[in-house]
Amino acid sequence: MSDDDDSRPVLDVADLEVHYGLRRRRRRALHGVSLTVNRGETVGVIGETGSGKSTLARAVLGLVRATSGRITIAGEEVTGYSSQQWRALRRRGVVQYVFQDPLRSLDPDLTVEESLIEPLLIQGVPRAEAAARGRAYLARVRLADDLLGRLPGELSGGQRQRVAVARALVSEPSLIILDEPVSALDSANRVGVLEILKELRDAGVSLVFISHDLGSVVGVADRIAVLYQGEIVEVGPARTIIKAPGHPYTRLLVGSAPTLRSASASRAEREALRALLHARTEADLAPAR
Amino acid sequence: MTGTLPDNPADVVVPTDTVVPTNSVVPADAGPAAAAVVLAVRDVRIRDEVNDREIVHGVSFELRPGQAIGIVGESGSGKTLTCRAVLGILPDHLVVSAGSVQIAGRDIGGLTEREWTDLRASTISAVFQDPASYLNPSIKVGPQITEVLRAKLGLGRRAARHRAIELLAAVRLRDPELVYDQYVFELSGGMLQRVLIATAIAADPQVLIADEATTALDVTVQAEILDLLADLRERIGLTLVVVSHDLAVVAQLCDEVLVMRQGEVVEHGPTEDVLYHPRHEYTRLLITEHEQYGLERYLDGPAATAVAGESPDLPDSPEWPALPVRRKSPDRKVLDGVR
Repeated sequence: MSDDDDSRPVLDVADLEVHYGLRRRRRRALHGVSLTVNRGETVGVIGETGSGKSTLARAVLGLVRATSGRITIAGEEVTGYSSQQWRALRRRGVVQYVFQDPLRSLDPDLTVEESLIEPLLIQGVPRAEAAARGRAYLARVRLADDLLGRLPGELSGGQRQRVAVARALVSEPSLIILDEPVSALDSANRVGVLEILKELRDAGVSLVFISHDLGSVVGVADRIAVLYQGEIVEVGPARTIIKAPGHPYTRLLVGSAPTLRSASASRAEREALRALLHARTEADLAPAR
Repeated sequence: MTGTLPDNPADVVVPTDTVVPTNSVVPADAGPAAAAVVLAVRDVRIRDEVNDREIVHGVSFELRPGQAIGIVGESGSGKTLTCRAVLGILPDHLVVSAGSVQIAGRDIGGLTEREWTDLRASTISAVFQDPASYLNPSIKVGPQITEVLRAKLGLGRRAARHRAIELLAAVRLRDPELVYDQYVFELSGGMLQRVLIATAIAADPQVLIADEATTALDVTVQAEILDLLADLRERIGLTLVVVSHDLAVVAQLCDEVLVMRQGEVVEHGPTEDVLYHPRHEYTRLLITEHEQYGLERYLDGPAATAVAGESPDLPDSPEWPALPVRRKSPDRKVLDGVR
C-alpha cells in the first residue's frame, strides 16, 4: 500500500442523510452526519435508543441506502453502490462488522473453524494458510484451539462474541464496524472483549465502536461522536467528551451515567438540562463545537 | 413520622408544577430511632422443594420510613427471590423455610390470599424490569391506574380519573392527560416505567420494591427514573428496596447496601462503607470492574471542573465530589479508614 493511501481516512462519511418510509410517513433517521475515521483510529459513536446509531452502522455496511450524502471507504466511493457491489466489497473483506448478538454474525451450522476460514476461502486463500490464520486470530481473541470444532450454539455468549471478533479480523479488513459489541455480555466478558478491542486499536486496526454505553467506549476510542436525534451534536477526543462535554445532551449523558459516588449533587443539574433539551427544537440545537 | 402516610391521598403526591416540600414527611436523616420499622426481614431462607436445596441462605435487613436499601448481585444471587418472598409471590416450588418478614409490623407468615391482596399495593408495592409485561396491552394505561384507585381506595369514577392524572403528573410525564388515554404500544420504555411506578404508588404504599426497574432503559432515562424515585422518597417518604446488578445504580439512591452472591449476603452496611471499605472479595471485584469501565477515572481530578464548557445559558458542568455526598450524620463517616 502506498503512502498516500495511509494518509487518507479509512472511512469518510459526508453529510449523510438517511430517511425511512414514504411520503407522509417519511422519517429522518440521520441528518447531516459527517464523520471521518483515520487509518488506525478508533472512533466511538455514542447514542441512545432512536438516535440513529444502528442506522449509521447499517449505512456504512451498505445494509440501508443513504438518501443523500457521501460514504467513502478506504478511498473507494461507495455511495451509489448496488447491492451486488456492496456484497463484493464485503466479500473482499474491506469492511467487516460485529453486532450485539454474535448469533447474527455467525452461521449456526458452521463450526468455529469453518466460520473463521470461510471468508478467506472466498478470497482464494489456500485452505492450509486460511486454517493457520484462523487459528492465529482465535488465539488473538484469547480462545483455545479446542473450540475450533464447536458450533456457535455450543459456546458461551462471551466466547461467541470473541469468535465473531476473530471472524471479522481474519480477512484483515481496512475497517471494522462494531455495533454494541459488548452490550449483551456480563461484566467479566465485557471486560475481556474490551481488552481485545484495545489491543486491536493499539495494533492499528481501524474501528468504529458504536454503543449506548459511554463507559465501554471511552476506554477504547480515540475520539467520540455523540449522536442525538439523528445528528452528531459533538465530536471530540474521548476524554474531552467526558471531562468537558459541550452540548447539553452530552452533558446530560455524562451526568446520567451511574458512578460509584453519589450523583445526588447533580440531580438539579440534570433536571435543568432535561428542561433545556426539551425546550430546544431540533432547529436551534447548537452545532458541534 | 409514624410509619403512616397522610390520610388524604391528594396531599401525598403533588403534581410536578406545584411541588412544595411537604412537612408531613420526615426525611431519612431524622434519626432512625424516631420511626417504626416498616419492613423487617429476618434471616429469611428460601428452599427449593423440588431439588431439596436451600437457595437463599439467610437475608436480614430493616427499613424505616423514607429509608432506601440496595440489594446488589449478579443473576442467580437470590436478590429477586428475596424480593419475591417479601411480596409473597415466590414460584410454586419455592418456600420460605426459615426466618420471618414483617411488613408494617405484620408478620406475613400466615397471611391468606385475601390478606395478601389487602397488603399489596396499599402497603407494599413493586416495579420490575419490563414494564410492558405488567400492563394490559389492550386497555389504555389511565384506566389501569384508576382500577387500582377504585379497588384499593374506593374512589368513584371521576375522582379516580382525576387522581390518576395527578399521579401521571407526579411521575413527571409531560402530558398526563394525553398519556392517560394512550395504549402501551404508544409509549416508550421510560414512559411505561413511569406509568408502572404511578400504578405502584397509586394506593399510597409505604414500601416500593424496584427490581431492576431501570436495567432495560437508556442511561439518561435510567437517571430520570432514579431521580424520580429519589424525589418520591423525599416528597412522600416512600421506603425503597432497590435491586440491581449495578452497584452504581444502588449507590446513587440508597443509604445502605446489601451485596448478595449465590444466595449468601456477603456484605451489608452503609453505602459509603461498602464502597470505600469493602470487606468481601466479591464486593471489591464489583467495584474494580466498575472502575475499569465506568466514568469515575475520567471524572476524578481537578481538570474535570477546570475545563467546563462556556455556554452561558447552562449551569456549570457537574461537580464530581471526590467522596459521596450523603444525607447522614457526619459521625458515621468512615473516611479515615478506621474500620
